[in-house]
Amino acid sequence: MSPHPASENSGIWKLIFGRLDWSSLPLHEPIVVGTFVMVALGGAVVLGLITKYRLWGMLWRDWFTTVDHKRIGIMYMVLGLIMFLRGFADAIMMRLQQAMAFNGSEGYLNSHHYDQIFTAHGVIMIFFVAMPMITGIMNYIVPLQIGARDVSFPFLNNFSFWMTTAGAIIVMMSLFVGEFARTGWLAYPPLSGIAYSPGVGVDYYIWGLQIAGIGTLLSGVNLIATIVKMRAPGMTMMKLPIFTWTSLCANILIVAAFPVLTAVLALLSLDRYVGTAFFTNDMGGNPMMYVNLIWIWGHPEVYILILPLFGVFSEVTSTFSSKRLFGYSSMVYATIVIALLSYLVWLHHFFTMGSGASVNSFFGITTMVISIPTGAKLFNWLFTMYRGRIRYELPMMWTVAFMLTFTVGGMTGVLLAVPPADFVLHNSLFLIAHFHNVIIGGVLFGLFAAINYWWPKAFGFRLETTWGKRSFWLWVVGFWVAFMPLYVLGLMGVTRRMRVFDDPSLQIWFQIAALGAVMIAGGIACMLIQFAVSIKNRDQLRDTTGDPWDGRTLEWATSSPPPDYNFAFTPVIHDGDAWADMKKRGYERPLTGYAPIHMPSNTGTGIIIAGLSVAFSVGMIWYMWWLAGLSFVAILAVAIGHTFNYKRDFTIPKDVVERTEGERSALLATQG
Amino acid sequence: MIARPPAKSRAILRRFAPVLLLPLGACNWVVMAPSGDVAMQQRDLILIATALMLLIVVPVMGTIAWFAWKYRAKAQAADYDPDWDHSTSLELLIWSAPLLIIIALGAVTWTSTHLLDPYRPVERLDPQRKIDPAAKRLQVEVVALDWKWLFIYPELGIATVNELAAPIDQPIEFKITSASIMNSFFVPALAGQIYAMPAMQTSLHAVVNRPGTFDGFSANYSGAGFSNMRFKFHAMDQRGFDQWVARVKASGQRLDRATYVKLEQPSEKVKPIYFASVEPRLFHAALNMCVQPGKRCMDQIMMTDAQGGAGKESARDTAGLRHDGTIDVGGYHPVEPGKKGEIAQPAGMTPAAERTPAERGNQAPGQQDHEGHDGL
Repeated sequence: MSPHPASENSGIWKLIFGRLDWSSLPLHEPIVVGTFVMVALGGAVVLGLITKYRLWGMLWRDWFTTVDHKRIGIMYMVLGLIMFLRGFADAIMMRLQQAMAFNGSEGYLNSHHYDQIFTAHGVIMIFFVAMPMITGIMNYIVPLQIGARDVSFPFLNNFSFWMTTAGAIIVMMSLFVGEFARTGWLAYPPLSGIAYSPGVGVDYYIWGLQIAGIGTLLSGVNLIATIVKMRAPGMTMMKLPIFTWTSLCANILIVAAFPVLTAVLALLSLDRYVGTAFFTNDMGGNPMMYVNLIWIWGHPEVYILILPLFGVFSEVTSTFSSKRLFGYSSMVYATIVIALLSYLVWLHHFFTMGSGASVNSFFGITTMVISIPTGAKLFNWLFTMYRGRIRYELPMMWTVAFMLTFTVGGMTGVLLAVPPADFVLHNSLFLIAHFHNVIIGGVLFGLFAAINYWWPKAFGFRLETTWGKRSFWLWVVGFWVAFMPLYVLGLMGVTRRMRVFDDPSLQIWFQIAALGAVMIAGGIACMLIQFAVSIKNRDQLRDTTGDPWDGRTLEWATSSPPPDYNFAFTPVIHDGDAWADMKKRGYERPLTGYAPIHMPSNTGTGIIIAGLSVAFSVGMIWYMWWLAGLSFVAILAVAIGHTFNYKRDFTIPKDVVERTEGERSALLATQG
Repeated sequence: MIARPPAKSRAILRRFAPVLLLPLGACNWVVMAPSGDVAMQQRDLILIATALMLLIVVPVMGTIAWFAWKYRAKAQAADYDPDWDHSTSLELLIWSAPLLIIIALGAVTWTSTHLLDPYRPVERLDPQRKIDPAAKRLQVEVVALDWKWLFIYPELGIATVNELAAPIDQPIEFKITSASIMNSFFVPALAGQIYAMPAMQTSLHAVVNRPGTFDGFSANYSGAGFSNMRFKFHAMDQRGFDQWVARVKASGQRLDRATYVKLEQPSEKVKPIYFASVEPRLFHAALNMCVQPGKRCMDQIMMTDAQGGAGKESARDTAGLRHDGTIDVGGYHPVEPGKKGEIAQPAGMTPAAERTPAERGNQAPGQQDHEGHDGL
């Protein structure tokens, strides 16, 4: 029970470094040391190249300080992609450990390392892969789809992005300095309380999520305001493109749900830092309050992730079937119903915590009811394909794969919503298989469809298809090979988060699952190669029309990539499929009459505050109180200072607009 | 009982269940082939719910594949209609078809959730044999410790660690709690799981129908030793059970408060331990987190609070209210009990060998003088 002598920080060291000392560096974990060496080398090379080619100025001016929703959208996608590689590395390490740890073998990971890995995998994949990627897509596409020149609050958008990135940096830091939480991705107390997790892991978790949560919440506010206030004239709510509708609902969910997460993590911080007793066993605290609160955020979160992708699938199905979306209004109502119901189901995550039968039945049935609007959506996609002419480009392939995969995931989800069935399946690998079935089959497949669909809009050239198809097949087949065994194992009564096993007959199933994970790794590799090959061959893949797929919504009306101001003239909307309608009516691009365009200016405030937030979090995590205090004061100073910045906007002169549009006219003319 | 299928179809289901499970081969799909009546009903419910959903899922998936093929651009289907986007009758169908399935499934859910409520005493031993729910039940008190299970048989006055036994065809009532971290008590062959939570009591009613040795474990991650928090559940006939009880009693050890306090210290891979006698009301103390001397019981605190609190002078007596941090969770516990806020050492910063309780000697009290008797 005595503290370890090596770590007895005292005197001046403790004052400066808090609880950080040499033993905080995980030098005894060869895997982590190896990773650190790789990351350090890779990082040094990247930084060296940026310096060598003198890109810092360009990066700072055009990217880091930008308030352009398109550039911010791309930066979100880059962040999501980098974090995806980390999250997947965690996944494959888990699969390897579970495939090995049989017959008395401990595998290659001790519990201290393994328990961090499954926690980090969940946290990273949800908060720093799925969330940035959907935010990135919404950021890029929503203003274009509604004919706006930017979002409502351009600076806030930049700030949101950098806060999300700051959260990711905090979580990544825990890999090399200290440790991450060993609690599972929702950090249930009392395990996450100070008595049972006294180290820095849970604090990294808390501050990573709190800082990123600010970004998520503000970007939600921003997109709601944008969609409500900045639609082009004529675009009534029932003429809104369906992706924008689903984005609106998702962002309303964000604004309503994320404060709950912020509050519950704040309460947990109070328990950990100042000795309150909200969720402790001490002094009459109750951990079940935490479980309720975190799931009141957690279940809407699932729909925050999937709703925008439902929108993507709707756009893709309609575009590639060359047909109007079937049942637009029922699609809208289904989205709204799902958004509302997502608040009435949270208890299904803990039927097994002893609620009464009537309470469990209520939440079980509300959960099942969600499958009705979801089913209606599926039928709508189906009847959009009906009597269409379906072009199997990559986005459409991902969509069909989604429809088949997600149906199975939905079915197992409804099965888990039957409380007595949940009593035998809760926390089992069946549950793991279910939510990967809907998150990979729904969210990830949707993101891949979206990336392939909108890439030409963002960069002016298409993604090439050979590597894209290789990636598609490896991903889809790999998914089934990786997760079907988990369904089976769940029915064998195998529970989640196990590190070692004593029943040798299970091993074969884990080995099959590991094989599936390797196939998925191949799919990821093919996707990265697809990006590289496409960038290399961008001249052959060039799209000069701005409308490579015969699109139906407004983002295809402008050039690819769109000019800074998106649209030289704000379009007037007469139909839901605005661009298809314009094309049908023989729309002619206006070539004269340009006016100067009023635009927001870049600012470095976002990245500076986010950097200070990282410093503040490091201070809080390591008990370096001086650092936390100074950073906090600095954050306030910079934020207040920013309010005195009156150079918020500039005007793109008329001749620049004319030149830009003239270039486009010349390009379009080469098309004939 | 409205939504339960008629007896005949249930009989068919039961007859064909093994056929459905044929591809499972030699593997032990315990959730699909359990040995207790409650788990069996839960298995049936999984099959019924799945069948109900397949009614709609199979046609939908078939239609997706069919349309995806039929309307591919190359086929140049003649009925291409780019502006066809609405059909009231189809809309009615696509909302009502899932609705009907969910109404059926909702009814099944409502009835089955009530019938299989873990708090509800079992009303039958198996489909053929009804029993009076008020009939005598074998009482078992379960305490989840870091990282092992303590079972107390209050009527028999015995206790075991990491070994559970019960006679077949005898209703069992489990009362479940945890000493520190949330766990979940789960014997898949017997019945569904229920959480074991500190200072809270959950219940589970079940009955086992077939003799055998089954796996039990914690189904909720609870820290470093979680993977090995497993025990065997022995279902045996009454004679075998009586012999087992006699064997436990022959161990001669007593589980009193002092032994419990030692036992609740974290340890991993703990072999079964037998206690011939148990201090009365030990479970009550464990549930109310007041086994250790000087700790005030939760039920007393709640009673005091309900009566308006203990007044200002109680501020001096907070040590009795500290229930966390009294257990050394595997060497990374930062502070002496009751001294909060002074964090000497970030968790797990020390080399693995020093850190894992298993390697610091995980012998629970009583374990060493115990003769091996696993795999009855």
